[in-house]
Amino acid sequence: MQNTISMQDHLAKVYALWLREFKVFLRERSRLVASTFTPILWLFVIGSGLGSAAPSELPPGVDYQQFIFPGIVSMSIIFTSVFYGSYIIWDRKFDFLKSVMVAPVSRTTVFVGKTLGGMTNSLIQAAILLAIGVAMGIPFTPLSLAQAAAVVLLMSFGLTSLGLALGSYMYSLEGFQMIVSFVVFPLFFLSGALFPLDNLPEWLSVLTAADPATYGVDALRNLMLGTGTYGVELDLAILVGYTAALGAFGVYSFGRMKAV
Amino acid sequence: MIKIRSLVKKYGDHIAVDNLTLDINENEVFGLLGSNGAGKTTIIHMLATLLKPSSGSATVNGYDIVCQPAKVRSSIGIVFQAPSSDDMLTGYENLQLHSMLYSIPRHTRKQRIDEVLKLVGLTERRHDQVKTYSGGMRRRLEIARGLLHKPKVMFLDEPTLGLDPASRETMWKYIQRLVREEKMTVILTTHYMEEADILCDRIGIIDKGRIVALDTPKGLKAGLGGDIIRIKTRYNPDKISQLDFVHKVEQSNGFLVLSVNNAKRDLPMLLRHVEAEIVEFASPTLNDVFIHLTGRKMKEEQPEGGFAEKYAKYD
Repeated sequence: MQNTISMQDHLAKVYALWLREFKVFLRERSRLVASTFTPILWLFVIGSGLGSAAPSELPPGVDYQQFIFPGIVSMSIIFTSVFYGSYIIWDRKFDFLKSVMVAPVSRTTVFVGKTLGGMTNSLIQAAILLAIGVAMGIPFTPLSLAQAAAVVLLMSFGLTSLGLALGSYMYSLEGFQMIVSFVVFPLFFLSGALFPLDNLPEWLSVLTAADPATYGVDALRNLMLGTGTYGVELDLAILVGYTAALGAFGVYSFGRMKAV
Repeated sequence: MIKIRSLVKKYGDHIAVDNLTLDINENEVFGLLGSNGAGKTTIIHMLATLLKPSSGSATVNGYDIVCQPAKVRSSIGIVFQAPSSDDMLTGYENLQLHSMLYSIPRHTRKQRIDEVLKLVGLTERRHDQVKTYSGGMRRRLEIARGLLHKPKVMFLDEPTLGLDPASRETMWKYIQRLVREEKMTVILTTHYMEEADILCDRIGIIDKGRIVALDTPKGLKAGLGGDIIRIKTRYNPDKISQLDFVHKVEQSNGFLVLSVNNAKRDLPMLLRHVEAEIVEFASPTLNDVFIHLTGRKMKEEQPEGGFAEKYAKYD
């Protein structure tokens, strides 16, 4: 009984923190517009430009623009999720974090609320891109859309955790941008978002295999285009493993974060 | 209500709080008075469980600040030096968020939020985003937030720092009102003498992490013994201190500060011996107490708050 009450209490606090993130997101519409613009640019400019040079190894019946579509959705998730970590630095700068830390709220609750906020953010952006995908003629079914949304959430949980964990150690936004650039660009470029993984030189395939985003891109490509390197089951299994580890890293980092 | 025993906080070699022992009673308004960097905020942060003490112990509302942080947090409200509400949210939404973080039951939530908004006079602006609030209103919103869960103890860390004189006086009225209506123990830090004098039942003067005096405002002033005469003169201070009705001579900002029993009686006598350009006399202020105890004048410095303090606009 005690446990049910404390669980409900915990969830109510997570909801309160998530609601705040969501309201702020809705009120800062420029954020949404700016961060949706870049993936669209990639999709159409790189998609059409490189598409006209037509890499020969593409799966049959898939043009380059369609091929990179799951990669661009992943790109949007990677950038939005990891950079979401900067909001913990803002919270600290404006002392909002201190006001939450002095309330009877556990660090894990703070972390989960914040992460759910980041996931919501990523999901909304991915939804916009998925709508564009439908218009582009990607053969979605209601089921594959729902499955894609699930992959988006899984990926963004792991990557938001990573961003928030890194943010929890840092005090300057400029420093965070610098460090995070070293994280997000390799995550994106090594994920196979822009090229097929099948005939890579060995040193590169080792790196792509280590990149968690690779399995997100591959899972989305399997679900959307019916073609991929590893198969959905393996993708999901590896993605769940990475996500759990990054979530644990986030909880640990928030636990040792300084309050003042 | 609060028991502090040999509390120490060190940052490397720097001792911010030096072996502090102090008891604060239930329903009293206790002031920690000292200049910036004296250790006031560090003491508050430790009592509020945001900082771990280097050694020593303290209890708040009977709960240990190190072993029972969650219980301590439920017992206290706190207003930080720099406003900490989310300025993208409205005043009401900020209070709603915090009422949920403090597990205030859903059916009493709205009523309690309305109560505290009324108490700090923000009812009419409750649905405006905090970024449109003035500095004084932001501070009042912080107080409202601190009151939501009816804490036993309220910490006010420099509640009027950076406010103009009019907003400061308004703030004092609200603080006096909350002491009257909400019946709680209040610990406030300030480096404004006047503020401590007006608001506090007892004052602890902090210098370099130690309490150098602890009494009622009246008691502290009485401790100086009699009145103060301030004169500007070229006359030798040593000669003045030889006059038998002068207890003590101190120098401060080009003035000589003389302690006497009764300024009205002694001043004419003094002027018979000394030629002075400017003469003032007064009963002692807390400022005089501070100078007397530390040998330094209290500095009125810029706010020491962080980013928000520098960039946010105040009235």
